[in-house]
Amino acid sequence: MQSLSNRKKVLEQKPMNFWERIYLPAIFQGLSITIKHFFKRIPTVRYPEVKRPYSKNFRGQHSLKRDEQGRERCTACGLCALSCPAEAISMISAERQKGEEHLYREEKYAAVYEINMLRCIFCGLCEEACPKEAIYLDGEHVTADYLRKDFIYGKDKLVEPRFDFVKEGETTT
Amino acid sequence: MSVFYFVAFLSIFFALMTIFTKNPVHSVLYLVITFFTFTVHYILLNAQFLAVVNFIVYMGAIMVLFLFVLMLLNLNKDTEPLKSNLVKLMGVIAGACLLLTVGGSLRVLEISQPIVMKNPDIGLVGNLGKVLFSDFLLPFEISSILLLTAMVGAVLLAKNEPKKA
Amino acid sequence: MELAFVIEKFVLVTIVFVISLVVAMYSTLAERKVAGFMQDRFGPDRAGPFGILQPLCDGGKFFFKEEIIPAGAHKPLFILGPTIAIITACIGSAVIPWGQSLTIGDRIIELQVTDINVGVLYIFGVVALGVYGIMLGGWASNNKFSLMGAVRAASQSISYELAMGLSLIALLMVTQSLSLREIVAQQSGFVNWNIWVQPLGFLIFLVCAFAECNRVPFDLPECETELIGGYNVEYSSMKLGLYMFSEYINMFVSSALMSALYFGGYNFPFMYDLGLSQNWITIIGVIVFFVKIFAFIFFFMWIRWTLPRFRYDQLMNLGWKMLIPLAIANIVLTGVITIIKDTFF
Repeated sequence: MQSLSNRKKVLEQKPMNFWERIYLPAIFQGLSITIKHFFKRIPTVRYPEVKRPYSKNFRGQHSLKRDEQGRERCTACGLCALSCPAEAISMISAERQKGEEHLYREEKYAAVYEINMLRCIFCGLCEEACPKEAIYLDGEHVTADYLRKDFIYGKDKLVEPRFDFVKEGETTT
Repeated sequence: MSVFYFVAFLSIFFALMTIFTKNPVHSVLYLVITFFTFTVHYILLNAQFLAVVNFIVYMGAIMVLFLFVLMLLNLNKDTEPLKSNLVKLMGVIAGACLLLTVGGSLRVLEISQPIVMKNPDIGLVGNLGKVLFSDFLLPFEISSILLLTAMVGAVLLAKNEPKKA
Repeated sequence: MELAFVIEKFVLVTIVFVISLVVAMYSTLAERKVAGFMQDRFGPDRAGPFGILQPLCDGGKFFFKEEIIPAGAHKPLFILGPTIAIITACIGSAVIPWGQSLTIGDRIIELQVTDINVGVLYIFGVVALGVYGIMLGGWASNNKFSLMGAVRAASQSISYELAMGLSLIALLMVTQSLSLREIVAQQSGFVNWNIWVQPLGFLIFLVCAFAECNRVPFDLPECETELIGGYNVEYSSMKLGLYMFSEYINMFVSSALMSALYFGGYNFPFMYDLGLSQNWITIIGVIVFFVKIFAFIFFFMWIRWTLPRFRYDQLMNLGWKMLIPLAIANIVLTGVITIIKDTFF
């Protein structure tokens, strides 16, 4: 039949000649290949001691961000949960009381914010949906665990730790 | 001497076990042990070469082949062929003949003097080889021709089989 | 049989036994390490520095695994199988000369457990016996796959024993002795090594050694793709461990045998020209011998991670139609050359 792609290769099986039939040259060739690999540089990264840097656009574990005064940005609007294709996000909102202004930026905040990491597909749509720039998938891998219930991450794991904010230009002394 | 009697007892015991066990695989295994005791006998006689050859050829090769065949057979109770009375009768007659022969030969046998070996190292390889190739050259060569014939026959049998089938 | 002799032999046996066990243990690690390096990775390196403790972990794990004897198995033979395998693997090292003699005080200690005058044949017998372990285990498991593995093991070992024996006969025609001590003693220095007179014989012997040890490319008795593991499918816990262990001990013993028969054993070049005392020559000789053994073990592993497994008919073809005729040709050639040498030189 006419080959349409013109890339057809006819495989020719010749009877083996003497050197091929006694196997030995082929065996030595194989041995030389394996011994070459024996001395090759090994590309393994020894993981727990050495970590490969994540790529810039890697989407890992979520973190709930704080603003420059260390207050939680999230206002529990629910847009992230709405946008989530895997329905991994759930939250319970609460009203900010007097005296809590240093904790929450908005008048409403998420009292409970849970992401089921078994459902999450790390698509990043919550990140895009958030009007307050409160959620980012900038963490590392979500690690393995033994129980399903341990994969439901609450605020204790999601909210980023407080940090000392330093204005640009100021020197840290 | 006590070692000899112990080993002799073992070889007779295991030989009997070979006959009396129901399971053919056990039977072969007892036969293997019997051959092993023969090897010990050879060593007691300082015939190291014979001992090792007995060990390799009988225990290592022939009995493995026996075992090989037996393991492939389906040896259940229901597949065992019925033994007719005729076969039993033939067995009895053959056994009686053997007994008669052995008994007769024992009667003829003189109670021999304990033989003092002239050369205790006769069983070692070098001496054995010299004897084989000088005093017993003809029987040795004839037996090797016999083996060669057997081998050629086996090859022929193996070659012809597929053509007919 | 004075007491000192008994003690000396007892100590020697213990040392040889322990060494072969330790070497077998670390061969398992080495195998995985070599596999790793040949596949551009590290291999096990978590247990201790460079994974030194890995064999201990594996051994411990084997001991604590649940031990299962299948309901349909033939129990005594099922237990006898691995027992025979490990025993025959261990007793093979009895006739190997590990070194020359050490002189301590006025005692001369030969570094060989026993020097029987049919040493080579003894090893043969032991190897022939080893197949019983596999056969009994495979049959007693009452499993089709293990039976297939056992049958393959038996036929393979019988076929390759023939070629091995024939290749050895040519060697024995050169050495004129069956005693391993004498064969090694003849090969002093470097130019007297038997490999120079028997290269073809060595090649045949090497291939057969691979087959006898059930190593790749002849590991058909335990081929996973066809037999889901072969004769040891039904084995678990330390019984399986003993089977694997006996394979590695066999590899050690056959490496030792090959270096003793063809590569001069404990002999090394210029051994008498350096002006060393006898004890030092012996000690260096033992080290050299072990270096040769390890080189062979490495070669075994190197082959394993290079070649694919043979098909069963290819295996039989190679054994019967290539190796045996080659070995016979080698015998004839050796005979002719010996006669020519004797008559003209």
